[in-house]
Amino acid sequence: MSDHIVTSFDQELRELRNMIAEMGGYAEKSVADSVEALLKRDTQRAQAVIELDASIDRLQRQVEERAILIIAKRQPLALDLREIVSALRVANDLERVGDLGKNVAKRVVAINGHMQPVQLFGGFDHMADLVLEQLKQVLDAFAQRNVEEALAVWRSDGEIDAMYTSLFRELLTYMMEDPRNIGFCTHLLFCAKNIERIGDHATNIAETVHYLVTGESPAGERPKADTSISMVDLPAPAK
Amino acid sequence: MSSPPNASIAVAERAAANPNASVKLKVDKLDFYYGEKRALKGINLDMVDRQVTAMIGPSGCGKSTLLRVLNRMYDLYPGQRAEGKVLLDGQNVIGKEIDPAVLRARIGMVFQKPTPFPMSIYDNIAFGVKLHESISKAEMDQRVEWCLTKAALWSEVKDRLNASALGMSGGQQQRLCIARTIAVKPEVVLLDEPTSALDPISTAKIEELIDELKRDFTIVIVTHNMQQAARCADSTAFFYLGDLIEVGPTNKIFTNPHDSRTQDYITGRFG
Repeated sequence: MSDHIVTSFDQELRELRNMIAEMGGYAEKSVADSVEALLKRDTQRAQAVIELDASIDRLQRQVEERAILIIAKRQPLALDLREIVSALRVANDLERVGDLGKNVAKRVVAINGHMQPVQLFGGFDHMADLVLEQLKQVLDAFAQRNVEEALAVWRSDGEIDAMYTSLFRELLTYMMEDPRNIGFCTHLLFCAKNIERIGDHATNIAETVHYLVTGESPAGERPKADTSISMVDLPAPAK
Repeated sequence: MSSPPNASIAVAERAAANPNASVKLKVDKLDFYYGEKRALKGINLDMVDRQVTAMIGPSGCGKSTLLRVLNRMYDLYPGQRAEGKVLLDGQNVIGKEIDPAVLRARIGMVFQKPTPFPMSIYDNIAFGVKLHESISKAEMDQRVEWCLTKAALWSEVKDRLNASALGMSGGQQQRLCIARTIAVKPEVVLLDEPTSALDPISTAKIEELIDELKRDFTIVIVTHNMQQAARCADSTAFFYLGDLIEVGPTNKIFTNPHDSRTQDYITGRFG
């Protein structure tokens, strides 16, 4: 793909891409640090995540302003138009990822001091590792305009959903065992849901990469495996 | 030779969208020569009835040349010749047996620079009509009102039909040229960069006009203004160095064209 005749157009697109890359870096840090804070019960680290979110929000506003200006000035078409639309979508998804990380961090602060069953955190650790891997892979795919990598992320979301469903069951079990567990387990349930949602946003970004490169959404149904939504019968409490 | 694989798909897509859509004007293996230089290479292009087809491309690509073949402007110039066919409702209009004057009443043309005759507004319209029809004064009055109304000019000039056409603004003159063209009730209207010389408001009025005119006429427009083609045309054809590179529904061409040359041109990467 050759450069635009008007070099300032290329410059503007480059700046837009750089802002997205910066947002991506912050979003990854937010997720990694909030999970670390959860597993280590580190309220200081959690506080840092909460403060980081302001930077992500600021960048999202900047991406929007810049994208709108490019539309007004350049009337972009075809690939250029899809690039602007993609930047807006990805910035939106990353801003939500930041919010979800911040939400996890706030709950870490809330449950500070409560006893938390250690065996639970194996599940969190594993799910978070997978989500972080998805996020990293999809952001690389976006930067490199790599459809194959993006589709790999798109197909793997089911695994994260399955892990979430399993965590959901486990947390219900703890709540049924002892009502004193309900408070912090509810927080943990929200944390698990947030991490699962971050995985969904990675999948959104994968769809955007596909659209950016090919001009179309990926064919077929988006893989989903979250069955918690249909869970009504509670697992019997251990005696 | 340069028929894009999706040319017939484009017609099929349009036909699917409107089951009554038929091909009004068909360019069939057209070559065009300025002396020895071959300016158009084996062009195959269908223009659908009562739709707008835009032709875009860099300078020298052949789009204006093709436009001028459609109503045999080249007949006026020795050394210019066309080979192949241009079928209007199935009849080859560049064949020797066709009278160019009659053809040009069926296929009208509006040029980039407004060219009103040095006559009154009324006579500008009446002149062309009188060449082809003999109608009463009352019928002529009606015809003049009809086409000036269609060209969105009637309310501005109805009280000064005997004033000189040269006293109007550029935008009004261009609308008069459009009125003059449709006065003889053509089937096809060719527009060669109709708003290049006009201000933004006149341009917008003429784009509005094109939207209305296409209900009654098949329109072919050559334009340098990408956004104008995107706004006005149902289908768009991209030309380069005498070849038709790509043609398709306008929405597709401007959001996701097949050919990288089309994409390079419309995104300003050409050159």
